[in-house]
Amino acid sequence: MAAAVRGCGGVWRREWQCRVGGLSRRGQRTLGCNARGGAVPAGKSGLAPWVPVVGLEVHAQISSNSKLFSGSQVQFAAPPNSLVSFFDASLPGTLPVLNRRCVEAAVMTGLALNCSINKKSLFDRKHYFYADLPAGYQITQQRVPIAVNGTLSYSLYKDNKMSQMVTKTVRIKQIQLEQDSGKSLHDDTRSQTLVDLNRAGVGLMEVVMEPDMCCGEEAAAAVRELQLILQTLGSSQAVMAEGQLRVDANVSVHHRGEPYGVRTEVKNINSIRFLAKAVDYEIERQIEELENGGTILNETRAFDSKLGCTVPMRDKEGKQDYRFMPEPNLPPLILYDAKSLPANINHQQVVNIDWIHERLPDLPSVRRAKLVELYGILPEHSFTLVNEDGLTEFFENVVNQTQMKPKKVIGWILKDLLSYLKQHSLTVKESPVSSVLLADLLNLLEKKEISSTAAKQVLAELWKGEGKSPLEIVKEKKLELMQDQKELEQICQEVIDGQENEVMAIKAGNLKVLNKLIGLVQRKTQGRSNPVVVKQLLEKKLSL
Amino acid sequence: QVSAALREGGVSPTELCQRCLSLIKSTKFLNAYITVAEETALKQAEESEKRYRSGQPLGVLDGIPVAVKDNFNTAGIETTCASNMLKGYISPYNATVVQKLLDQGAVLLGKTNLDEFAMGSGSTDGVFGPVRNPWSYSRQYKEKSVSKSHSEDEESNWVITGGSSGGSAAAVSSFTCFAALGSDTGGSTRNPAAHCGVVGLKPTYGLISRHGLIPLVNSMDVPGILTRCVDDAAVVLGLLAGHDPKDSTTIQDDFKPFELPNLPDVSKLSIGIPKEYHAPALSSEILALWSKAADLFKNAGAKVTEVSLPHTCYSIVCYHVLCTAEVASNMARFDGLEYGHRSDMNKSTESMYAATRREGFNDVVRGRILSGNYFLLKQNYENYFIKAQKVRRLIANDFLKVFRSGIDILLTPTTLSDPVPYREFIKEDNRTRSAQDDILTQAVNLAGLPAINVPAALSERGLPIGLQFIGRSFQEKQLLTVAKWFEKQVKFPIIQLEEVQRHVQDVFQHQKSASFS
Repeated sequence: MAAAVRGCGGVWRREWQCRVGGLSRRGQRTLGCNARGGAVPAGKSGLAPWVPVVGLEVHAQISSNSKLFSGSQVQFAAPPNSLVSFFDASLPGTLPVLNRRCVEAAVMTGLALNCSINKKSLFDRKHYFYADLPAGYQITQQRVPIAVNGTLSYSLYKDNKMSQMVTKTVRIKQIQLEQDSGKSLHDDTRSQTLVDLNRAGVGLMEVVMEPDMCCGEEAAAAVRELQLILQTLGSSQAVMAEGQLRVDANVSVHHRGEPYGVRTEVKNINSIRFLAKAVDYEIERQIEELENGGTILNETRAFDSKLGCTVPMRDKEGKQDYRFMPEPNLPPLILYDAKSLPANINHQQVVNIDWIHERLPDLPSVRRAKLVELYGILPEHSFTLVNEDGLTEFFENVVNQTQMKPKKVIGWILKDLLSYLKQHSLTVKESPVSSVLLADLLNLLEKKEISSTAAKQVLAELWKGEGKSPLEIVKEKKLELMQDQKELEQICQEVIDGQENEVMAIKAGNLKVLNKLIGLVQRKTQGRSNPVVVKQLLEKKLSL
Repeated sequence: QVSAALREGGVSPTELCQRCLSLIKSTKFLNAYITVAEETALKQAEESEKRYRSGQPLGVLDGIPVAVKDNFNTAGIETTCASNMLKGYISPYNATVVQKLLDQGAVLLGKTNLDEFAMGSGSTDGVFGPVRNPWSYSRQYKEKSVSKSHSEDEESNWVITGGSSGGSAAAVSSFTCFAALGSDTGGSTRNPAAHCGVVGLKPTYGLISRHGLIPLVNSMDVPGILTRCVDDAAVVLGLLAGHDPKDSTTIQDDFKPFELPNLPDVSKLSIGIPKEYHAPALSSEILALWSKAADLFKNAGAKVTEVSLPHTCYSIVCYHVLCTAEVASNMARFDGLEYGHRSDMNKSTESMYAATRREGFNDVVRGRILSGNYFLLKQNYENYFIKAQKVRRLIANDFLKVFRSGIDILLTPTTLSDPVPYREFIKEDNRTRSAQDDILTQAVNLAGLPAINVPAALSERGLPIGLQFIGRSFQEKQLLTVAKWFEKQVKFPIIQLEEVQRHVQDVFQHQKSASFS
């Protein structure tokens, strides 16, 4: 499915996630939290129901030409260690120089997430030894981050029904700027580790969400919405498969009315589907553990996508003391707004929050509302349009080139185009049928030159991508509607004459049988007749 | 003056360079240099000579031989920090200050010795051995020390240079170069300058780029300038100061180089004598010198008043906490992976780290890393690091208040005594020594102020002692003007060193002092 991350079709492993009416293995835990935000009934303990609590930390790579504190380029899949400056390799004596673009991207993101932007934020060093962290510390914003106290609204389908959506809000605790680490590649057979520092020092925005979610589906929907916002802003390309968006999920469960349980952190989840799975697995694992009298350890876990479960991470065992310290080589990051902007200052040297605010593009929520208002389509259709990269543009192009009403166009876009693309795992951009071709086709339909049955046939031909226009296909396959009224009347008469039983049934009042006759006419004309006209003719002839 | 000689053709850059190189060789026992870059120096001198011949020298510094402390990165020349960790390390880039010197046509003779990673106050704790104070071999010292201790052989009487920029101080003092770069975190430029009888300037934090200086304490480090006279220091400062896009902590404004007046006037100045610098361990000799200097100013018409910097006594402890914390952090990068020493231990990455760092760092560095990490632990951070930062603020405010009250310059001793013999010095460990020796100098680093050591006199033993002037932030011109005036008054004697006299026949004999400006 294309739309706002759907939850659970097939991903639910156990009962607690089941929909209303689903039956638990134990016959007890039947309510999912999901879109209703409900709790999970307790098991045999007989206590109050279980409440899962999910919070997220999302690392988004900033889309910028160069790294956060150095001039090296940022590029995915470049040859190992080809994008490493002296600073990135932590050569002694090198100093960080803050990249203005990264600051602007973070401010933009903060504004889009309704945060208040700190006009003075600070950088800190977070220390730990790891092969892909060459300096032995990461520069981050622990004490005073660049943006705080925001919100993110996201929608998801209620009870997995396409028709009903609910909107939820998660609070954003903070957004901090920090450095990405390099990559360690472990060669187990030769027992060596190779380090690629291309990613070391790339700017990240860490978006910290409050634990306001309660299941994998919500977490997934929130991250999908965040992803769309980032992509709309251009502050991050947010392609999860390329590691530009990575999610850590904090999960705990407790009984309603009791304090939060011990949480675990599932680290580095790199797909939205896996996020939903990982969170749900973890919730269920914790409930089961607790119900069996076990305890939950405050630990870091990883999601094994092949096994579909989370496992403790061995190299993150033991408590780390990060020995935070102010970064002495960077002065406080000062941002200005229209009021505080000093006169005679070089605009290249400062970041003006208001200036960025005025230039924010329409966010996905606004774009959806505009689509609904402008084209009269359903809200859930607007979700699909916006969530699918390039689909809105495709839709609008088609609408602009046809006389067909947008409400009708959307059906072709969602039912025909999108399902075909999904079936063949194609993106909108890769569609063999361009918006122009589809518009041509819909115009033929709209001008009643072909029937909708014929239109589907033409579309099927168009998918082959042989470069023929819809009109050519129509001509080639003789799919035009019969314009000869007399001929059509004759065919109708033939059908009536040949179907005595049906005619009698119709005359006896069973009007549904009329459809069968219409179908027969269609078959005889090979779909080239307009069913509306046929119906009128038949009715006339049967004097209905 | 050498610069004028170069312009007038009295001496060529190559000759000058060769003389310095041979002097370096004959004073090798001082252990002032870790690396002598003979080849590149001669090549640079040749280039300079061409420029002079075509009448287009790059500036005052063109052809002038200089030395750089071995904790500044120099492309193509080893940068060791006097540590096993970086032995053999050749940096791919020049520190901004090194680049600026080279851009001015200066001839880089080599890299000078120091305490490992600049952690120390004696220049005795580097892997290449201690630096010996040239004054140990001066006629002035020999005459006095031999008469006193007949029993001990001359060899064991040599005195330390102070540190950690002891190599640079010794190099300037022994005439092997005309100016040298040091670094100053808690007094590392001023202390050896005092002990070696040279001028040692610690500029305001942020005035000179730290890019390429291997850090000790980022929030206090500044490149220091060691020269034989105040005018030279002003020239070098003018060439090095100013914004560097590679160091975000440098000032944004452009720096305007200045010349010092020939006849400085101090009559309108207000000189402060901070009473807290009358430390219990201060030698009577230095105390006497200090009051004599105050009288000099008084007699010249300056207003001299006693002032108070009440938080001075907490300064050294505060310095220790902040210093070790940053050291712990800065040293984290030396893990044997990207550069530097790597142990053969290959059981696991962690064991390799541990062995590398054990083998690469000396006890002093390791000790500071350990205590720094202790102070940064979550449970200690509030009690140590945060407190120390608050104290730092109080100390900075002490200075601010005094300057706001109308004081222009503070006058203090630089060291507690004249340099002590090496065998005496090593009776105490590095930590104790640093705590003693930095006592009069590190508060200035906590406050980021400019300060300068000016050689003032010889002690009874015939060894140099200096005094420190502390100025307002970014008021180097005023500070150096006062220093120059003082320099003129005290007429500090020239070192009488056999090796120097043997080697330097014409050039230095023609000139009364061996300055280049």
